[in-house]
Amino acid sequence: MSEIILSIKDLKVNYGGIEAVKGISFDVPKGDIVTLIGANGAGKSSTLRTIAGLVRPKGGAIEFQGENIIGKDAASIVKKGVTLVPEGRRIFPDLTVNENLRIGAYLRNDDISADLDWVYELFPRLKERSWQAGGTLSGGEQQMLAVGRALMSRPKLMMMDEPSLGLAPLIVRDIFSIIKEINKRGVTILLIEQNANMALSTAHMGYVLETGRITLSGPGKELLANEAVKAAYLGT
Amino acid sequence: MGKKNKTELWIALVAIALVYIVVIILEQTMSPGNILFTVLKKGAIYSLVAVSMNLLNGFTGLFSLGQAGFMLIGAYTYAILTMPVAVKLSDQVYKYYDCIIHFDTGILVGLICAGIAAAVFAALIGLPVLRLKSDYLAIATLGFAEIIRAIFQWNTLGPVTNGANVMREYKDLTSVVIPIINVRIPPTLFVFIVAGLCIAFIVLLINSSYGRAFKAIRDDEIAAEAMGINLFRHKQMSFVISSFFAGISGALLAMFQYTVVASQFKSAMTYEILLIVVIGGIGSISGSCIASFLYIALSEWWLRGLDMGKFLGIDAPGIFRSGFRRFIFSIIIMVIVLFFSRGLMGDKELSFRWLAKKLRRKRSGEAAAKGGGPNA
Repeated sequence: MSEIILSIKDLKVNYGGIEAVKGISFDVPKGDIVTLIGANGAGKSSTLRTIAGLVRPKGGAIEFQGENIIGKDAASIVKKGVTLVPEGRRIFPDLTVNENLRIGAYLRNDDISADLDWVYELFPRLKERSWQAGGTLSGGEQQMLAVGRALMSRPKLMMMDEPSLGLAPLIVRDIFSIIKEINKRGVTILLIEQNANMALSTAHMGYVLETGRITLSGPGKELLANEAVKAAYLGT
Repeated sequence: MGKKNKTELWIALVAIALVYIVVIILEQTMSPGNILFTVLKKGAIYSLVAVSMNLLNGFTGLFSLGQAGFMLIGAYTYAILTMPVAVKLSDQVYKYYDCIIHFDTGILVGLICAGIAAAVFAALIGLPVLRLKSDYLAIATLGFAEIIRAIFQWNTLGPVTNGANVMREYKDLTSVVIPIINVRIPPTLFVFIVAGLCIAFIVLLINSSYGRAFKAIRDDEIAAEAMGINLFRHKQMSFVISSFFAGISGALLAMFQYTVVASQFKSAMTYEILLIVVIGGIGSISGSCIASFLYIALSEWWLRGLDMGKFLGIDAPGIFRSGFRRFIFSIIIMVIVLFFSRGLMGDKELSFRWLAKKLRRKRSGEAAAKGGGPNA
């Protein structure tokens, strides 16, 4: 078995007085694409926001490369190499595309030009629009910008919260092929999706989250064939 | 930065130098009592405080209304520090109190300390206040500004602040002298130099990576935090720097007025500055500067004629005298806000791009005529 980069043990998160995550445990092997699927309110986003340091958990442990990162602030977690592509993209609308990308590298003091070139190579559309305000981009381009911005911090683990949300099927396919390409470059990916079909066929490993608990887990292809998953998430 | 931006930068620098040359020439040729100089001085002071407010409200997205309070701290710190010891010990100014501060400083030290005093207060106030958002932050900062004013008027602090009485006899704009070579700097030029340096610093800050982080916080706090920007530290930094310059502008205002009293720094003053920021365009430095000169010129100069019964050479009926000026002024502001809903400049800066383009075309045209390609 390969090395574990992120290990969640018995994580509990309260969100607005409700217990959103009720003690989940899962591992993310280094270099893999791992997906958490589940319906609205299953606790997926809360899990990611907790790992990113934006929300404090009620209990449990989060280990990144063997080090407990619970209680650390978002900045030091980004510095360790964990980055979040937030739900709904959340790009900075009044900053230019170029500035958006530079903010992604805010905590870095080294030369970022190689990473900037890589992001522009992955998303040529962004290069064309590098002096345009982020808010003027289309939904798909904004998602590309959000991914590019996250890559600028040179992450070891990139967490993505519903990258397919509100995008046309064709663009969703583009985004997922780029996720694979980023993964090939050695970035481990933890993906949250409602588009279970797309997520499970891309991921090496999948977990099914239901009302704050993990109910199923296994390799992506296996879950895709599972009758219960099919009935609940694939609509077949 | 490409060649295109470089040309623009040079044109902007030349334009700024021209402004200073015009100020120098005007001060050499016109009588110092001319109303123009009042407008220029007060306009420059208000530009500085408006830009400092814009740094906070326009670039960091913190709706703060504490500006008058920080100006007051600056003005009083300056007045207390630069008032000569002999004046402090006599009962010229401190009539009802025995002043306990037995030293005085030069103008430069006074100005810098004014900024630092305001910044220190801001850092203290920022600890609780900056955890609030939007309207709540505005209310809290407004409240703190009023508290600051009350403290400076407090009897018990009389031996330092002279209570609610007027401060005067400190070093004003007529006494600015460069040491050693003993050259007097003309008042308007001095205000322009200080305000210009401070605004230049703010412009550099906004264009640095810190400025980018401020704008990111303004656009989306959650995303900014997810990118590793420490929200509180950056908000605190913006708040402290903004207050530092508000303090310096307060000191300049004290210098300009010859006398200063705490009761003038009411919340109405903050609203005046907010008005300038909004009219100029939230998020536009040049907008704030243009708006403050227009605002001061309108209120102090152009509309004054109405009080005398004459406006633009036309005799106005008696009922328009004294006070009608404010009415016209309000209407002008309403019209501006109606037609420029995002302020005169929006969030854009005054741009010399058209001029840069023209220059480049001309230059490449000349080069082509000489038989060589453009090589500039």
